[in-house]
Amino acid sequence: MATGVELFDLLVIGAGPAGLSAAIEARSFGLSVAVLDEQRRVGGQIYRAIEESSSRRRQVLGPDYAAGAKLAQDFAACGAVHLGGAAVWNVDKGKTVSYLLDGGSRKIQGRSLVLASGAMERPFPVPGWTLPGVMGAGAAQILYKSSGAIPTEPVVLAGCGPLLLLLAQQYLDAGVKIKALIHTTGTGDYLRAAPHVLGALRGWKDLSKGSRMLKKIRSHGVQTFTGASAFAIEGAEKAESITFTHNGQRKRVEASLVLLHQGVVPNTQLSWSLRAEHRWDEQQLCWIPVTDACGQIEETGIYIAGDSRGIVGAKASACQGRLAGLAIANQLNALPPETFRGREQAIQDEISTHTQIRPFLDTLYRPQDMHRIPVNDEVTVCRCEEVKAGQIKKYVEVGCLGPNQTKAFGRCGMGPCQGRLCGLTVTEIIASERKVSPQEVGYYRIRPPIKPITLGELASFE
Amino acid sequence: MHTETQETKTSLFLPEVGTEGKKVRIYFDGQPLDVPDDVSVASALLMSGVRTFRLTPISGSARAPYCMMGVCFECLVEIDGRPSRQSCLTQVRDGMVVQHQEGASALNLQSAES
Amino acid sequence: MSSNETIVVGGGLVGAAIAYGIAKSGGPVTLLDQGDVAHRASRGNFGLVWLQSKGAGFPRYSRWSRDAVDHWSPLADELRKLTGVDVDLQQNGGFWIGFSEKEVAEREAMLAKINADGRTPFEMLDHQALKVRLPAIGPKVAGGSWCPLDGHANPLKLLHALHAGIKALGGRICSGVDVGEVRSLGEGRGFQARSSDGRQWSGAKIVLAAGLSNSILAPQLGLHAPVVPKRGQVLITERLKKFLPHPTNKARQTAEGTVQLGFSAEDVGLDDGTTVEAIESIAKRAVVTFPILSSVKLVRAWGSLRVLTPDGSPIYQESSKYPGAFTATSHSGVSLAGSHAYEIAPWIAGVKPAPDGIGEFAGERFLDPNRKFSSAY
Repeated sequence: MATGVELFDLLVIGAGPAGLSAAIEARSFGLSVAVLDEQRRVGGQIYRAIEESSSRRRQVLGPDYAAGAKLAQDFAACGAVHLGGAAVWNVDKGKTVSYLLDGGSRKIQGRSLVLASGAMERPFPVPGWTLPGVMGAGAAQILYKSSGAIPTEPVVLAGCGPLLLLLAQQYLDAGVKIKALIHTTGTGDYLRAAPHVLGALRGWKDLSKGSRMLKKIRSHGVQTFTGASAFAIEGAEKAESITFTHNGQRKRVEASLVLLHQGVVPNTQLSWSLRAEHRWDEQQLCWIPVTDACGQIEETGIYIAGDSRGIVGAKASACQGRLAGLAIANQLNALPPETFRGREQAIQDEISTHTQIRPFLDTLYRPQDMHRIPVNDEVTVCRCEEVKAGQIKKYVEVGCLGPNQTKAFGRCGMGPCQGRLCGLTVTEIIASERKVSPQEVGYYRIRPPIKPITLGELASFE
Repeated sequence: MHTETQETKTSLFLPEVGTEGKKVRIYFDGQPLDVPDDVSVASALLMSGVRTFRLTPISGSARAPYCMMGVCFECLVEIDGRPSRQSCLTQVRDGMVVQHQEGASALNLQSAES
Repeated sequence: MSSNETIVVGGGLVGAAIAYGIAKSGGPVTLLDQGDVAHRASRGNFGLVWLQSKGAGFPRYSRWSRDAVDHWSPLADELRKLTGVDVDLQQNGGFWIGFSEKEVAEREAMLAKINADGRTPFEMLDHQALKVRLPAIGPKVAGGSWCPLDGHANPLKLLHALHAGIKALGGRICSGVDVGEVRSLGEGRGFQARSSDGRQWSGAKIVLAAGLSNSILAPQLGLHAPVVPKRGQVLITERLKKFLPHPTNKARQTAEGTVQLGFSAEDVGLDDGTTVEAIESIAKRAVVTFPILSSVKLVRAWGSLRVLTPDGSPIYQESSKYPGAFTATSHSGVSLAGSHAYEIAPWIAGVKPAPDGIGEFAGERFLDPNRKFSSAY
């Protein structure tokens, strides 16, 4: 262990529901805790800007968002150290975290670690998705949460998933005009989701929420297309319209702002960089880090909690955070084992309740194959290095078996986003071309720095 | 629904009514912009009508923010002389000078001292 | 099995260049490669096409490196015409950078000794003279050495081009193959390679170019290839507008505009991870060498395992116990690519005699109890 580096019982990376909950739980057993997050204020993305939000904004964003205020308050009162604006650029197995703060690189050490980096929007590789004027629906929601900004012109929302519907509802409550809601979800999705509806009904609160949203959107007279596919965004230097197939016909809606969304996926940069094992989940169509029941990676003392361990939503994320905090307190002998077992079971039961609706949602809102694995070779897959789908397919033809080889041949994944926006697409393209499972194809080798850091900042550490 | 001025006529986004607060002045490609003092540079630029934040190094294609949470790296601009800054992760500051990023980062050979 | 087939074990830069050369000479060749999970030393190759300081104390290696310089341009042209892949070769000189008078003086002495035959020209430069050539040099740089024959290329593009070239010339590449066993099938009956999942390939000849695996494969065919891993950590920056017109020994600007910075030399077994200490140390050195890099973003750091012989020089040898079995290894897979394709491969294919003095590169040299080795890292 390096001398002169501050040591905490628990370091938490990520100040969203999972991270804050882990901190609060660990603090309740007297452990010393520090929470790091790239954002200056707590909340992660789901509770972005919760501490500064006005009552008007909380009203528009809804009760699920407002619930974050209590969590933020409890965290502020729990006595954990909060390092906001800290961009973590390396985590090693010895639980030393290197981060960038105020222009200098610093280190901090933990006896245990919770990785709670949450989720990001799934990439949406369709023609024209890189044009200015095309953003994620989640991005637009963040823009509203953090600055109160709303679209000036009628906006198009396209894709699938609960967030898309939630944003539509929030926009309508804020007085925004929605030009069209273009849903990929169609009859086939409902039929496939039907077997899971029993689980969904057990989570009936969530299910009724969804149907209320749809009702509201329809009642506002928003032009809605369901069962849509084959999106393409057109425009010279910025978005001008979106075309799609609907009821067998090709249709066009003009818009300067197109908000795409097809679900969120775990942010796995940290877990991959630690060389944790991951398995490909065919239901969620993403990589899930392999952990024990409390979220620990092997016997490392490193835990993963929240959406970065698999999409479970805010409430379950908070529970997983508490579970990790509890397990760590147990590992550090801060509570009697019987207490641990009892509380562990209670939290697991809560998690079960909150996640019962997942199989239904994952099936109902499954992103279309052609929106994940481009059919059109001209679609940009790697935005940073401008590598197209056709090029990836060619590399497979030449013999590339996996994404690290395609990276070597064509620079795909070598840009500043470090594979965040192309990794899933590349793995799935290769799997599709080779006719094997994504599990067999694997993922990019993720290396530090986890976030780009300047050479001067690196050189400054004494 | 929102306040509108001459220069913001083509903004894709504007702050909703009721969010007016303190303002600061920043500059984008030489143009002065008066923006809320507590937002990110990316938000401020979007609300001021900026459509193109950068041109890509390879093909010179126009790009603008996509994720607003620091994972896509499309919102890169030059801030106070430092290239390739993620504007969605940087808070505005009075007097800040922002330039769109043209291709690869440029190095200032004159600044021998870091 | 064709009576002429050569099996090349190992699809990295050394194996691929040899397989390419064999395919070019018309012989049927099959390249066996581990694929996406290979250690892939090519990933760690810094990309220098380097001459200065090669072969100190080993004149035949110095001569070998010199000849390799001449082979590079024809290889690059040929690969571009054949595969469409441009490997970004630039051969207009390179610098070594020194940070103290003592270091610079020692360098001069070494280079003068190597240049006894006049074929490896160099020029020593003090800070002022260096600054004229490299304006971005920082004040703490004491001086450097310049060799007009040095250059650089893109190692991964080279690998891609060689693989594509092998196929274009009718060679075969089997990927996802992990060879654990090689054996002779008897006098005049050729050789066999066997993968960990039980597949087999046979050929009249076999070339062991499997990097670190050579140390366990070579003895199976009466050869000695005591290679060990030496980790090198490398940093790469975001794309930058062009500012560095020539490569230096620890920093070069690639054709894409990114700056590659190196490097460490560590004995850590098969751990190709990175350490914060090495990353910080390379960053510090980069900023001292070129202060303007201070504001530049590091995008990626990686570790890679060099395949190092005890003296840092290649091993090329035909097995005397099993003629037709060869081994080839070198950590300078980029610098020597042309020689591997145009001198080693034709020798193996039987269309040209062995390069003269090839015996000096035999692996048995490491069994001599009277010799001491240092690998120049």
